[in-house]
Amino acid sequence: MTATTEINKIISKENMVYGKTSVLLDNEMHYCPGCTHGVIHKVIAEVIDEMGIQDKTIGISPVGCSVLAYNYLDIDWQQAAHGRAPALATATSRLMPEKYVFTYQGDGDLASIGCAEIIHACNRGENIVVFFVNNAIYGMTGGQMAPTTLEGQVTATTPYGRDCAVTGFPMKITEMIAMLPGTRFVTRQSAETPGAVRKLKKVVQKAFENTREKKGLSFIEIVSTCSSGWKLSPVKSNEWMKENMFPYYPLGTLKDE
Amino acid sequence: MGDVRLMKGNEVIAEAAIRCGCDGYFGYPITPQSEVMETLMIRKPQEETGMVVLQAESEVAAINMVYGGASCGKKVMTSSSSPGVSLKQEGITYLAGAELPALIVNIVRGGPGLGTIQPAQSDYFQAVKGGGHGDYKLIVLAPASVQEMNDFVDLSFELAFKYLNPAMILSDGVIGQMMEKVELSEYKPRWTAEEIEKISGSWATTGKTPGAQRRISTSLDLDSAKQEIFNHKLQAKYRAMEENEVRFEKIACDDAEYLFVAYGSSARICQKAVEQAREKGIKVGLLRPITLFPYPTKAIQEMLKNVKGILAVEMSAGQMVEDVRLAVNGKVPVEHFGRYGGIIPTPEEVVEALEQKILGK
Ligand SMILES: Cc1ncc(C[n+]2csc(CCOP(=O)(O)OP(=O)(O)O)c2C)c(N)n1
Ligand code: SF4
Ligand SMILES: [Mg+2]
Repeated sequence: MTATTEINKIISKENMVYGKTSVLLDNEMHYCPGCTHGVIHKVIAEVIDEMGIQDKTIGISPVGCSVLAYNYLDIDWQQAAHGRAPALATATSRLMPEKYVFTYQGDGDLASIGCAEIIHACNRGENIVVFFVNNAIYGMTGGQMAPTTLEGQVTATTPYGRDCAVTGFPMKITEMIAMLPGTRFVTRQSAETPGAVRKLKKVVQKAFENTREKKGLSFIEIVSTCSSGWKLSPVKSNEWMKENMFPYYPLGTLKDE
Repeated sequence: MGDVRLMKGNEVIAEAAIRCGCDGYFGYPITPQSEVMETLMIRKPQEETGMVVLQAESEVAAINMVYGGASCGKKVMTSSSSPGVSLKQEGITYLAGAELPALIVNIVRGGPGLGTIQPAQSDYFQAVKGGGHGDYKLIVLAPASVQEMNDFVDLSFELAFKYLNPAMILSDGVIGQMMEKVELSEYKPRWTAEEIEKISGSWATTGKTPGAQRRISTSLDLDSAKQEIFNHKLQAKYRAMEENEVRFEKIACDDAEYLFVAYGSSARICQKAVEQAREKGIKVGLLRPITLFPYPTKAIQEMLKNVKGILAVEMSAGQMVEDVRLAVNGKVPVEHFGRYGGIIPTPEEVVEALEQKILGK
């Protein structure tokens, strides 16, 4: 018996306890090892699969490392200009109110260039889900400062550490959004442990259920790592995130109405 | 005769949108075009046809709402005036790059910068030559009457969906604000989901049908070789527009020895100037481009058999005149006459310019 046939026997259907959802495509991901984007994709794909809403879901991808998210989730997608995903989602959801519409955005996309679009979509209470991947850096363009970059954090454009006197302060946009009467569900999660992923999955499901019940806007921040931008190994990145990001961006649900 | 009324150009844009089965309007107030959205808000089409009307937080948001709506295969539009249309350029190039149909209306005012709220035609380059980044073209229609403000809304959508390309109505504060008699279009129902599937089923992001190919609305391709092929495809589309969609009007051209070339409200002024010049014995005609892209290059060239000189009249410092010169290619003198910054020329001034700049040569 060769090694492969033996492996095939072991992973036969009867022995399987877990499978990859078919909503997640087999395309090889371009994300760096340890990148949180991949984990978040998987969670969203699983929820779409389990809720049976694949044919009714439209994703809006941002400009950032997840610009190519449409290569990985087997749903219809629109690719937005940098920061504008909430505007696309607004029209898509209003013109097709029976669909599930979500945006997937990084911190540069959502909190910097797209600050106006996200605030106003939230304020109008659009019936959409927003995924906000906060890795405190611009991953795609090579690790420059983001609005969420922490004080003292070294990035390509803050090579001596972020000086808040010059650059302003790490922005808690999720707290700002929770204040807006248009939002129904605002939560901050992470995805670095199986437990955290399970929690994340629960809130993702809740968010899509909110869309179904026409409750309005659900906002999910995921505090994430960017090992390439941070110049740390995946394991060290998780440690750095827990030590530095979690105290400033505390996990938990800010609003659930 | 159908439904004939006395209406403002801007109001007619709104009315024509409702009647042609438009699904969504997204805008931001700016003079001299705010009546478009105001009229829609008064008319409440959401209760009549189900059309969505939304005041966006900015022109940037409005054009990106248009991108989202267009991606769903819906007939969607926005309107603005010059400073606002500058903000829309990002979204417009994304629409062109994603091959999405949409209508953008620009009721032009004088610039640059915040400029003036008075009419101008100084956004020709922006509309016709690009405006946003990349090699793309808009279909650009230039109405010269309130009637054409009505007619070109439906025509823009027809062309936008035929070529999967954004279309622009390039008008100005004169046509937007003036009242004229207009015969409104018959009502067309909005497309049903089934009709959208039939018309735009190969690309509209309406939710993946099980087993079918999923649809992605994007302008991104990181592979340069593929991006070049895609650009060839776009260029072929623009050549097809040049072949099939050129529209223009000729007035008093049969015996013309001289020619005005003018579009929009300048063409209206030139029409009067033609009468005045002819009273003086000057045989001048008017060629009015209706499509600014594709431009009536051949029509101008055909006039060169009898015409000895051309005056391009525009409310700008000289933009469209460049396209006239390209068409004429030095065969006869081409001069420009313009008032700008919000000043509208009189027919007398235009005749005088013809005498000095063309006949005087
Ligand atoms: C209008 C515009 N400005 C700048 C860029 C360059 N750019 C691409 S991605 C990006 C930052 C993305 O950072 P973020 O949203 O945090 O996403 P991440 O890559 O970290 O997931 C920038 C500035 C662009 N594509 N378009
Ligand atoms: S650069 Fe950062 S955000 Fe981008 S894929 Fe790599 S780890 Fe992920
Ligand atoms: Mg980031």
